[in-house]
Amino acid sequence: MRFLKKSPWILHYAATSCNGCDIELLACLTPMYDVERFGIVNTGNPKHADIFLVTGSVNEESRQVVENLYAQIPEPKVVVAIGACALSGGIFRDAYNVYGGIDKIIPVDIYVPGCAARPESIIDGIVQALEILEQRASERKRQRKLVAL
Amino acid sequence: MSKTTIVPFGPQHPVLPEPIHLDLELDDERVVQALPSIGYVHRGLELLAERHNFIEMAQVAERICGICSFIHSQGYCQGIEQLLGLKVPPRAAYLRTMWAEMSRIQSHLLWLGLSADAFGFESLFQHSWRIREMLVDMIEETTGGRVIFGTCKVGGIRKDVDAETLQRIGGKIREMESAFNEISHIFSIDRTVKQRTVGIGVLTAEDAHALGAVGPVLRASGHARDLRQLGYAAYGELDWEPIVETAGDCYARCIVRLREISQSIDLIKQCIDRMPSGEIEVTFKGKRPQGETMIRLEQPRGEVCYYMCANGGKNLERFRVRTPTFANIAPLVHMLKGCELADVPVILLTIDPCVSCNER
Ligand code: SF4
Repeated sequence: MRFLKKSPWILHYAATSCNGCDIELLACLTPMYDVERFGIVNTGNPKHADIFLVTGSVNEESRQVVENLYAQIPEPKVVVAIGACALSGGIFRDAYNVYGGIDKIIPVDIYVPGCAARPESIIDGIVQALEILEQRASERKRQRKLVAL
Repeated sequence: MSKTTIVPFGPQHPVLPEPIHLDLELDDERVVQALPSIGYVHRGLELLAERHNFIEMAQVAERICGICSFIHSQGYCQGIEQLLGLKVPPRAAYLRTMWAEMSRIQSHLLWLGLSADAFGFESLFQHSWRIREMLVDMIEETTGGRVIFGTCKVGGIRKDVDAETLQRIGGKIREMESAFNEISHIFSIDRTVKQRTVGIGVLTAEDAHALGAVGPVLRASGHARDLRQLGYAAYGELDWEPIVETAGDCYARCIVRLREISQSIDLIKQCIDRMPSGEIEVTFKGKRPQGETMIRLEQPRGEVCYYMCANGGKNLERFRVRTPTFANIAPLVHMLKGCELADVPVILLTIDPCVSCNER
């Protein structure tokens, strides 16, 4: 990974998860793992966010929230799905009230497996998301230039 | 005549790691009424008991919630063991107790961090999570998992811990204790913390009883009720007393949890010292659960009840969980009435809501 020009901010939402992945994600922010060294800051406001981290298998109620939050994050944005639940429904795949997977609702760029996903793999996912974010940002810049011409 | 406004709180809110929604009816800054609405984390886990066989279901039960994970699988396994008429070997009971207490400490430390964050005390948040990480390391060393342990199974436990590791854990827990005592001291005397918590969200002893509060919320209002007193697993053989505070405000609830962490550290030490040797599981080849049972355990958040009904098949007929957060929502709504808007996150956090337990 090259150096980053900007500090990406993350938004986290637990869409029908069991909490396991959410606390692992929070653990990434704390001294042991400390993603802030990459300039990553956790925010509660979707309008400030660049990377959207979603856990859980999504039910009808949380689908609306996920869609709302996704729509409110400004471009360019990257979505990271964390945990087996978010990938495919995981252990709750057969339950009656879940969609089974974030990608059924919004486009997902990075999938982080595990039940619960380990902080190391979550960080790996976020770092990969950073690359995609950079690419998208430069792509946007290029297109803007084209429009200006 | 004043007009009331409705302010939505959640489902996505910076102080909440989990989604819960409250409609706060406000008169100026004062909350007149709080209406909770839930359903963001409902998955339909109870029905999975009819799809997975009763042995697999222990793993699903563990995922009712990732914070109190181990105790959920423990409760489930105890229920099935009762239906099958099994008695787990003493070593398994002691190890279960040890893990349950580790799970309690990590849950309380997690809560401590989140509530420090809600007061706006960022460094305390980081410190308590640093200490929590020490504990999670011990969990990983003994079980292999960090938040989902996966070691409880019907008839005992899946994995033994050798004497050397136990010794090491004993040393580490002492290290953690001294680190914890430092922040526990800061937490209990700090002016910022006291300003945000003392006299806020008072729940009187009568109200706590009438509204059916459980766990630390109940004990902070002066009731000495802790389900570990039932003596399940190894609790009957260990020396401990339920922790009680009488003020009933947010501060008292914090202090109860802080003291419970010390108590759990002590219980873990006792478990390590008295660890019996022998088998870690009993076999029950071919047996199938039959009948009905009700199991009650003490979660970090309070009393949890499991109801199980089986008819001799390989699946349960009905599995039902009543979680502590559900019992604490009525007291929460009561406490929120008449408080300031700025105190809502603090009061909400002092019941330590666990939404994913609550909705399953
Ligand atoms: S992947 Fe596992 S640990 Fe993560 S939210 Fe789902 S059930 Fe919980």
